Amino acid sequence: MSILEFKNAFYTHGDDDIINDLSIKIDKGDFIYIVGPSGGGKSTFLKLCCHLISLTKGKILYKGIDMNQYDPIDLRLDISYCFQTPYLFGDTVEDNFLFPYKVRNKKVDLNKIYELLEQFKFNRDFFKKEVKNLSGGEKQRIALIRNLLFKPEILLLDEVTSALDAENTLIVEDAIKDLNEDGVTILWVTHDIEQSKRHGNKILTLENGKIKSLEVIQSE
Amino acid sequence: MNNGVEMNTLSLLASSSLVLISLIFSYTQKLNLEKETFIGTIRAVIQLFIVGYILEYIFDLKNPIYTTLLLFFMIFNAAYNAAKRGNKMKNGIIISFVSIASGTFVTLMILIVSGAIKYEPYQIIPVSGMIVNNSMIALGLCFKQMTGSFKNKREEVETKLSLGGDILSSSIEIIRDSIRTGMLPTIDATKTLGIVSLPGMMTGLILAGTSPVNAIKYQIMVTFMLLSTTAIASFIACYLGYRSFFNERKQLI
Ligand SMILES: Nc1ncnc2c1ncn2[C@@H]1O[C@H](COP(=O)(O)OP(=O)(O)OP(=O)(O)O)[C@@H](O)[C@H]1O
Ligand SMILES: [Mg+2]
Repeated sequence: MSILEFKNAFYTHGDDDIINDLSIKIDKGDFIYIVGPSGGGKSTFLKLCCHLISLTKGKILYKGIDMNQYDPIDLRLDISYCFQTPYLFGDTVEDNFLFPYKVRNKKVDLNKIYELLEQFKFNRDFFKKEVKNLSGGEKQRIALIRNLLFKPEILLLDEVTSALDAENTLIVEDAIKDLNEDGVTILWVTHDIEQSKRHGNKILTLENGKIKSLEVIQSE
Repeated sequence: MNNGVEMNTLSLLASSSLVLISLIFSYTQKLNLEKETFIGTIRAVIQLFIVGYILEYIFDLKNPIYTTLLLFFMIFNAAYNAAKRGNKMKNGIIISFVSIASGTFVTLMILIVSGAIKYEPYQIIPVSGMIVNNSMIALGLCFKQMTGSFKNKREEVETKLSLGGDILSSSIEIIRDSIRTGMLPTIDATKTLGIVSLPGMMTGLILAGTSPVNAIKYQIMVTFMLLSTTAIASFIACYLGYRSFFNERKQLI
């Protein structure tokens, strides 16, 4: 059984079919890179996956059951979306890291936070940093860590390395690869064709809201 | 409070010459405001006379049911006006009505129980008028702020939703901001009371022959009641109103 399945999915806005009769099955443990021209519907596809928006026609099944049967919050706790433009709220990095614990009513696990900060080559003091002073690349990685504090079932990444240098991009790629080996299904939107060939097992090309191709990569 | 001073109708007519000054000024200075001034004045006079006669009629009836009906009529009108500010909100009128009515009810209750006023039309109606009017302005500000924030802070709200926040924890900042916006003018007015201006109601009491110290007591009561009403109305309206920016799948509309 696929973990996520789109069945003749449409997302229409006004007269535009932003997602246009799209059907796909995504298996548990898949690591899919999503590419395609700007405006092709990649971000929209991810937002549909985490139920931030709903289809106007068709169905999305999560673990074989129509998404509309789930509580929306439960879905989003399982299916974690990292935005194309990272948004950090509150005053400090801390405010951002505490939110996922607050919504789950869980005690804050500082060890986990420090471990992730170190993995992404941040100092521990970074926890107290004011968000308004962060660079674009720092914001992007802090937003990503915010999504990784709890292990999701599916991780949706929307161009999360667009503002990073080569070294930091590699760190992120390694972290995501580890998660995937831990069983997390990954959907990763990128414009970097080289990147898409490095780790994934499939490459999905979206154009005009349709699947142009779904290529299975042979691991060497 | 009601052993008032009568005004001579002739004196009132004579005072209308004041309007003439304004008209002449507009004409000689080519301000082009003569027509509006004229129509505005006539409207104000007619409206006020109608209200005056209705009030006199109701005051004479002495029946609390009519007072209550008039009260509800005022609240409904205020709710209708406030809801226009949040024209994108579902159930805007109902939300405004419930909030203004609750604020008015609680405040009036306290005033009546404490013996500050009696449930007599000549006290209840002007006092409620102030309460309802203030709540209406507060709610208008709340709704305007809330509609604007949900538009400008889409990213923030959606980010929090995507992290598993429910709709309340994803919009709590917006809710607080909106409540604050609704309450601020009343708090600001409280701070400058008596320094920047003598409030209209106090001026009225003094003109009608009440001693300034007594008038001040009423003004203090009015200040307290406006603070409580705007707080209650803004709070209820914002906590009821934020929901209308989401659909039943907890998605931002
Ligand atoms: N809420 C919306 N209202 C109207 N149009 C929208 C909305 N969201 C997306 N679109 C349109 O849908 C199309 C697909 O947008 P989407 O953001 O999914 O593209 P994308 O593939 O992620 O592009 P990019 O690579 O530039 O990020 C675009 O033409 C966009 O203008
Ligand atoms: Mg995009």
